[in-house]
Amino acid sequence: MKLDILMVGVGGQGTVLSSNIVCDVALAAGYDVKKSEIHGMAQRGGSVVTHIRIGETVASPTIPLKSADIVVSFERMEFLRYSEYISDNTTLILNTQMILPPSVADGAAEYPQSKIDSVKSRFSKVYEIDAISKAMELGNQKIAGMVVLGILAKSVPFGKGEWEQAIKDRVPPKTIELNLKAFDTGYNY
Amino acid sequence: MKKVLSGNEAFARAAYEAGVGVVSSYPGTPSTEITENVSHYKEIYTEWATNEKVGLEVAIGASLGGKRSMSCMKHVGLNVAADPLMTLSYTGVNAGLVVIVADDPNMYSSQNEQDSRHFARFGKVPMFEPCDSQEAKQFTKDGFSLSEEYCTPVLVRSTTRISHVQTIVELEDRVEAPKLAPENNIPKWVMIPANARKRHRFVENRLELLTELAEGGKYNKIAMRDKKIGVVCSGVAYTYVREAMPEASTLKLDLAWPLPMKKIAQFAASVDKLYVVEELDKFYETEIKAQGIKVETLERDVCGELSVDAVRELFGVPPVEADVDTTLPFRPPNMCPGCSHRGIFYAISRLKLFVTGDIGCYTLGLLPPLQAINTTVCMGASIGMAHGLDKATDDMSKKSVAVIGDSTFLHTGINSLVNTVYNQGHSTVIILDNTITGMTGHQPNAGSGKDIHGNPMPKIDFAAICKAVGVKEENIRVIDPFDIVNAMEVLKEETSKPEPSVIITNKPCIFADRSVIEEPYFIHEDKCSGCRVCTKLGCPAIAWDASKRVALIDENLCTGCHLCIKVCKFGAIEQRSK
Repeated sequence: MKLDILMVGVGGQGTVLSSNIVCDVALAAGYDVKKSEIHGMAQRGGSVVTHIRIGETVASPTIPLKSADIVVSFERMEFLRYSEYISDNTTLILNTQMILPPSVADGAAEYPQSKIDSVKSRFSKVYEIDAISKAMELGNQKIAGMVVLGILAKSVPFGKGEWEQAIKDRVPPKTIELNLKAFDTGYNY
Repeated sequence: MKKVLSGNEAFARAAYEAGVGVVSSYPGTPSTEITENVSHYKEIYTEWATNEKVGLEVAIGASLGGKRSMSCMKHVGLNVAADPLMTLSYTGVNAGLVVIVADDPNMYSSQNEQDSRHFARFGKVPMFEPCDSQEAKQFTKDGFSLSEEYCTPVLVRSTTRISHVQTIVELEDRVEAPKLAPENNIPKWVMIPANARKRHRFVENRLELLTELAEGGKYNKIAMRDKKIGVVCSGVAYTYVREAMPEASTLKLDLAWPLPMKKIAQFAASVDKLYVVEELDKFYETEIKAQGIKVETLERDVCGELSVDAVRELFGVPPVEADVDTTLPFRPPNMCPGCSHRGIFYAISRLKLFVTGDIGCYTLGLLPPLQAINTTVCMGASIGMAHGLDKATDDMSKKSVAVIGDSTFLHTGINSLVNTVYNQGHSTVIILDNTITGMTGHQPNAGSGKDIHGNPMPKIDFAAICKAVGVKEENIRVIDPFDIVNAMEVLKEETSKPEPSVIITNKPCIFADRSVIEEPYFIHEDKCSGCRVCTKLGCPAIAWDASKRVALIDENLCTGCHLCIKVCKFGAIEQRSK
């Protein structure tokens, strides 16, 4: 088994919690796992990338080029920055939330919608979800990441129980029920 | 029990398991989380020191006092702590002492890319180099025993790809270290020349003993696979080599210093071709070649970090053709919405002052539209450089300011201010006191009024310090950085004086004090003239609607800091609740 997951997003979107849960699940399932993330200089708004590698044994903590099995993009355009990791068999899990880069917000550049459409077609499978709306339906947009995680869980060979346990271990006790609901929403999407 | 831990969590866990008693460090990416994680173990006294030199000296004192101690820092932090380190090598230790130093290949968050392995050779002390979190914990624990056994400080070198990578770690229990009495041994601890000459001999002998350890069976293991290629490597580069060339034989250097030259020669003799794969400088390669051992040449770039792909390419595998789109709109780092630095930088920018800058969030004042930083060298450099600029020119002191944060001023800024006063400089220093060490993730400092655990502590009074070192009271101005008009007025007054001046801003980082966050602002479309003055503040919460030709505020980002209403001449901006 070899599973290389690239998680990308924008600072403040909660990719760290999601990636920690993936690592816990892999460990519980008896696999080796490594995760590498770059803490940018920006507190918020910077591009964030996390490499997660799962297998019998994992050597390098970063994913070689053109060999991601799954790219999880927490923001609509962010996967474009990491297109060098896409292979012929890469799955894209895409949260369609838009967070405007400063130059777009400033009117100097355009949000690259046409590039999104063209690069998306290079993935072997694409799951798209408006996770913010789904999360708001459940009452809190902060749990959007958990909805995305639910979709990821459906695409990888670990038991649902292991995911639920890892979520329970990682989120504040008062929010367990809400997080599990959000996870289910993604899982059953 | 097994757990997935970052390298930094593993270093902290090692301190816990090894029975460490005292940890004193200064924050610095990518090392900061080590000390933060140590502070969660109540068995260990943990503190933020004012700088890395102080942190290491506290650790030396704790070792002298009989407790195992540790100090953690980023690579450039070891420059600051190099003075005590070099002579600590001579004195040796009482209880075990480990220094963790985290390099930053590719400079994700640093001003240079220096390779800390040179410090091990320079200081003649052993250095471990782990390749994952399990080794980070094991080598650090081993470091404490080794420190006591060989009477030496022990360096452990991390890199960003060790500190910020999570891997599986087997947790063990804490074992209290043997209780040692405080040591009073003048020939060992008082480094006057007569004593130091003897200790230098001790250091050279110790290095021989450590070399025997490096040559032994415990560390630096050879794994013979295909005999055609043998690779000497260490740290995260070892993991790249294992993945890129699984058939290659390897000699993995657990100890970056001293090197096991006999073992390396033996390895070289047992393979057809010997290569060295290391990140940053050709440290091992140079040493190995100096022994007359043949090393094959690789076209390796000493700038930046390695990867599996980079290693494959070194050995002739054609590079993966992958397109990287460099035309995408960037998400550059930026001062946060509500940042207390934005107003004063806007004022500086309006006055077109030349700014000697320093290390911290405010370095981001460099970016457009503010563009109000002209130099960044190292911690504390802003004040000394402003003074040099003043002495070298006729009137630069009237057109320039030094800008330094609270934590950086306490780190190594004070001494430079003393120098400016003593040598009758004319420069103006702005201390951006936002009550926290921001860039590294909001650690308290001596100016915060609380310790690493958040407990109340005495708060340094910056104005009182400036007065005490001799800045005239009338030249010390405490201002609200959001009041742009006043800030410009004060800047004009103080830069025009032929005397040292200090301007201190008095608003906290929004992460230091969440109570400053207010209801967001919004822009009345009909009142907005489209003049774009507010967008020149560089606030991430303010956007420009090109089709309507009006500015707009993202209310999810806005912290209600009031700055934008001060520049809007049309009264188009209003607070949500009002």
